[in-house]
Order: sequence, then structure tokens, then C-alpha cells
Amino acid sequence: MATMIEKNSNLSSNTWYTLRIGQFSYKLDRRTIPIFVILSLIGIGVLVTSVSYGEFDITPIEVLQTILGIETDDSRHELVVWTFRLPRILVAFMVGAALSVSGTILQGITRNPLADPGILGVTSGASLAAVATIVWFDVPISWLPFAAFGGAVIMAILIFLFAWNGGSSPVRLILVGVGLSAVAGALTSLMIVFGEINQVQQATIWLAGSVYGRGWEHVRTITLWLAVLLPITILLARQLNTLGLGDDLAKGLGLRVEFQRVLLLLLSVALAAIAVSVSGTVGFIGLVAPHITRRLVGPLHEGLVPTAALLGGVLLMFADLIGRWVISPSELPVGIVAAMIGAPYFAYLLYQTRNL
Amino acid sequence: MSIKAQNLPNKSILSLSKRYALFVGLPISCVLVLLLLVWSIMLGAADISTSTVIDALFAFDATSFDHLVIQTVRLPRVVAGAFVGASLAVAGAIMQGLTRNPLASPGILGINAGASFAVVLAVYVMGSPPLSVYAVFAMIGATLAAIVVYGLGSMGRGGATPLRLTLAGVILTAFLTSFTTALLITDQDTLDQIRFWTVGSLAGRDWELFQQTAWYMVFGMIGALLLARQITTISLGEDIAAGLGQNTVLVKGLAAIAVVFLAGGAVALAGPIGFVGLVAPHLVRFFAGVDYRWILPYSALMGAVLVIGGDMVARVIIRPQELPVGVMMGLIGAPFFIYLARWKVKS
Repeated sequence: MATMIEKNSNLSSNTWYTLRIGQFSYKLDRRTIPIFVILSLIGIGVLVTSVSYGEFDITPIEVLQTILGIETDDSRHELVVWTFRLPRILVAFMVGAALSVSGTILQGITRNPLADPGILGVTSGASLAAVATIVWFDVPISWLPFAAFGGAVIMAILIFLFAWNGGSSPVRLILVGVGLSAVAGALTSLMIVFGEINQVQQATIWLAGSVYGRGWEHVRTITLWLAVLLPITILLARQLNTLGLGDDLAKGLGLRVEFQRVLLLLLSVALAAIAVSVSGTVGFIGLVAPHITRRLVGPLHEGLVPTAALLGGVLLMFADLIGRWVISPSELPVGIVAAMIGAPYFAYLLYQTRNL
Repeated sequence: MSIKAQNLPNKSILSLSKRYALFVGLPISCVLVLLLLVWSIMLGAADISTSTVIDALFAFDATSFDHLVIQTVRLPRVVAGAFVGASLAVAGAIMQGLTRNPLASPGILGINAGASFAVVLAVYVMGSPPLSVYAVFAMIGATLAAIVVYGLGSMGRGGATPLRLTLAGVILTAFLTSFTTALLITDQDTLDQIRFWTVGSLAGRDWELFQQTAWYMVFGMIGALLLARQITTISLGEDIAAGLGQNTVLVKGLAAIAVVFLAGGAVALAGPIGFVGLVAPHLVRFFAGVDYRWILPYSALMGAVLVIGGDMVARVIIRPQELPVGVMMGLIGAPFFIYLARWKVKS
């Protein structure tokens, strides 16, 4: 077992380090680690600001003290921080991370910078299934991820089936996705018209894409899933690099292209589904975060995946903070803030790719 | 629809018999649509007989409960449905012709979203504005949305490809919907006043709102029919149209104004109803060929049939409740969109 670190660089002045442990190699762009550290610091800053902001003001110092378990002067701090604010903020972070990684994978396997779980319609399948579960069955929160995952997988399969015409072109994938999400949207509305009013109310709040009132059981659910899915994605990141070279070259390099693509697609769908099941539909994060990250740390997926997760999480925490601040004392759901920020960015992306 | 006509090298040259069939078919279709209107008036929480409906229309008796229901509730609703359906369908047909893009329609390209955001904004700012304001704001919103989507979708060398236009429309819709929702969340009064309207529904439309919006639709419709020949030429290719001496910029501008009047008026009246403008023209093209002098009037009839029929189904399947007709249109129209994306769009 030889362990070694090499330093390489190419003509376009990108420098990266390769870590080899036996057969396993892990490539990191030179910029990855400093950027990761900076983003983490920003993230902590946003987290503390977000926890301290609210109707009941707590100073950042007191927030840190409370989180670290140091007694503060006011005994209410612990209740507000631990019970009300911290769980929803952590949920926002994790949802952002999951959606961002999901988008990173989708953009990698479709080789299309405009791919996103929301645009492709995967999230609308997940929300249809979740709403159906809320309206028809009286089940605990922890079951929703499975329903959402089922809906998302079925949706992904349908998109592929309808878009398949001797191959799956990215154009057809996206257009069919738009159409199928309209069907799912109409079915969701039907469900809401037919359902019991109590369940419908619950489903409506959930559909708006919000982290309002999320508690520790949501944090637990999404953390468990992320703890499984994220490491697998990081392990498979290398295949994403190879797939990015094109199917023919990837095959020539010995990659089982179709198998890897399906595996990665399932991962992406699962990540989107878990996010949807906790917070409802939040769009555009899966598009914006990977794109910004690629600009920061380059195209190598080993560094891209974890950094995109971090950036997506920080962005959504920030969106949640804005949503709570902008029309206080009431608040905008985080999904709406994400769309307000994300849609113009998408327009900008459309402009950038205008000649592709 | 003779086989001979389809085998002609240029499908735009209709055989004489086919043109005759289309000519005779138009008044017959009008009569059929009128019959559908009467049938739709008969349906409801309490069914009303045909003779009562006809009496209520032509020999109105103010003391009869049925007559009152028909005159004040059912007739406005059905007429509104016919106008909305016809307007959206013609708007969609023109957009498909001008952009030569099978997926173009007011719903998908974000024009409905622009109009409805503007209306919600008007209600939010002014409290409860006079009904005439609805139409004006819808028109402004539709215009701005059309400019933004076409601008975003047609940048670059490829021009306005179906994918780019659709993506631009989807983005603008998502963007405006988020602002609409934000306004509705912050202001309960606006929400209360407008929520029936934002889903796209014909329920509770009365004559007052109809009168305020119908003019725009009629105006747009006349303009569209006058431009039909020019639109046909542009739909064959802008180069061809320019080569034939047509002022394409002027025609496109006038046609765009017609679209804005049609779609804006329809949205001001019924809220955003999607997919009518997409589906109706395509159904019409199956038999009416590529000449917009036929496509436009038949699209109007087809759109009216779709909306009234959809509204009838929506009222009947869960009586005494009803579905918003916008939801029905999504269920019918979105599969059609997928069919088009699958078979009619070259990638």
C-alpha cells in the first residue's frame, strides 16, 4: 500500500494534488482546501447571525455560548436557540447541501450546465408522492422520504422512457421533464381539492418549500440519509470526471458507462427526494450552487462535490435568513426566496450559454 | 381531408374540395359550439331543461328562479369560457406561427404568469381596484413578460430554439410565481380577494368583469384575423416572407400586440389557464393545413370547446364541488406537451 501525494499542473495553470492510497486515487484542485475553509467560516457566520436574529434578540456571543453549552444570563436562550431556531436552520443547511449535490451529479451525467432536479421534474414527482402520502395515509414524518424517493424514481424513469428515442438527448430530457412536472403539478392540485381539509392544510404548508417549524426529528432524518449518500457520491466522483469526457472516451477508459450513469442518477434522485421530503419543493439551489462552485474550485468532481454541498447549504441558510428578515414579523418560505434569487441567475446562465 | 391533398408536394396548396370543406365546416362548427354552450348552461347543481334555457335567453322572465340563475350565473360563466378559450387558442396559434416553434403558447412562455403577477400586484397596491384595472394591468404584465421571454430565449446564434424559449418561459414563470406567492403571503386581504382567480377558474365570473375584459379580446381577435395571411407567410420562414416583399418587423410587431391583447384579456378574466393555447392550434392543424386564415378561426372554436368542455367535466366529476378549469387543462394539456416534445421537436 503506497501512499503518496503528487503535485501536477497543466497548461491552463490549474494545479491539483493527487493523493494515492494503493489503487485508490483522489485528485484535488489546489484551490479546494482554502475555499472550503473560507466557505466554512462564512457558513458559521451565517449560522450564528441566523440563530441570533428574530423577534427575541440574542447576541451572537450568547448564541455561541448557548450552542457550546455555556450557561448564559437568560435561561430562555436555551429554549429559543435549541428548540426553535437551530433545528430549522440546520434543516435549511442540509436541504441546500442535498439539492446542490443532486444538481452537481445531474449536470455531470447530462453534461448540461442547465440540468437541475427541479427543471428536470424529479422534485415534482417527489412532491406529488409526498402529498399523496400526507393526504391519503396518516403516517409519521420519517416515512415521507421513502414516499418522496419512490415518486422521484418513478418520475425519473418516466422522463427517461418518454425522452428515449434511440438515445436520450438532453433537449428532450429537459422538455419532457417540463411537461411531466406540469402533469404532476395538476395531479397534486387534484389531490388537494379531493383531500380532507386538515391533511390538505398540512400538505399546502409543506408544498410551499419551507423550513418553518422543522424540529429535531427532521434534522435526524435528513442527517442519517446524507451520512449515507454523501460519502458514496464522493467515492463515485471520479466516475463523473470520466463521464464528462464523453461516452466514447469513458468507454475506452474502461468505464461501464450505462451502469455508472444509472447508479449516479439514482443517487441524485435520492438526494433530491430526501430534500423534498423534509422541506417541500425548493427550486434553483441545485442549479446555482454547483455552478458557482465550479467557478471557485474547477471541474474536478472530487473537490466539487463536497464544496458544492457546503456552498448549497450556506446559500439556503442565507435564503432562510432573508426570508425571515424581509417581511418580519411574518416570513417568506425559503423556497420562494430561493426562486427569487435563483431565477435571475438561471437567466444569466441562459445568456452565458447562448451560443452553445 | 382527402388523401390526394396530403400527397401534394406542397401541403399549403389546398385542393379545391378541401377548401370547400373548410369553408362549409366553419358555420357548422359554430352551430355545434353554440349547442355545446346551451348544454353547458343546462348542467349545474340543479339541471335545467333545454326549453327553460332557451326561454331564459330569448324570453327572459325576471320572476323565474331558473331564468335568474341562467342569466346571472351560468350564462356569464359559459360566455366567459368561450371568450377565454378562443382568445388563448388564437394567441397560441399566432405565437407558434411567428416563432415557428411547436411548443410556443401563452402559458408555457410565461405570458400568463406575467399577466397574473401584474393583476395580483395591482390588487396588492390598490386594495380593491375597479375591475377595469384588472385588464390594464394584465395587459402590461403580458407585454413585459413577452418581451423578457423572447429576449432571453432568442439570444445567441441559434435564435429562439424551442428549448431556450421554453426554459426562458419556465424561469420567468417560476420567478413571477414566487413573487405572486410572496405578495399573497404578506397580505391576507389580497389573498382573499384573488385566490379564486390565481388558479385559473371560471367560477363566479359575472357580467361586469366580462364587459371590462371582452373588448380587449375582441380587438385582439379582429387584429389577428386581419393579419392571418401575413402570419402564414412568416410561418413559412422569415426569409421567404422578406423575399415576398413583406415588412416582417411590422407584421411581427402587430401580431405581438394582438397576442398581448388576447392573452392579457383572457388572463384578466379567468386567471392563468395553461395549455389551451398549446393544444388547440395543434389539433386544428391536423385537418386545417398550414394556412392561418383557416387555422385562426378554427383554433378559436377549438379553444372555446376545450375550455367549456373542460369546465363541464370539472363541474360534473365531483358534484356538488368543482375543480378549477385550469387544473383540468393541465391534466389534458401536459401529456400533449410531452407528445409534442417527443415527436415534433428536432434536437
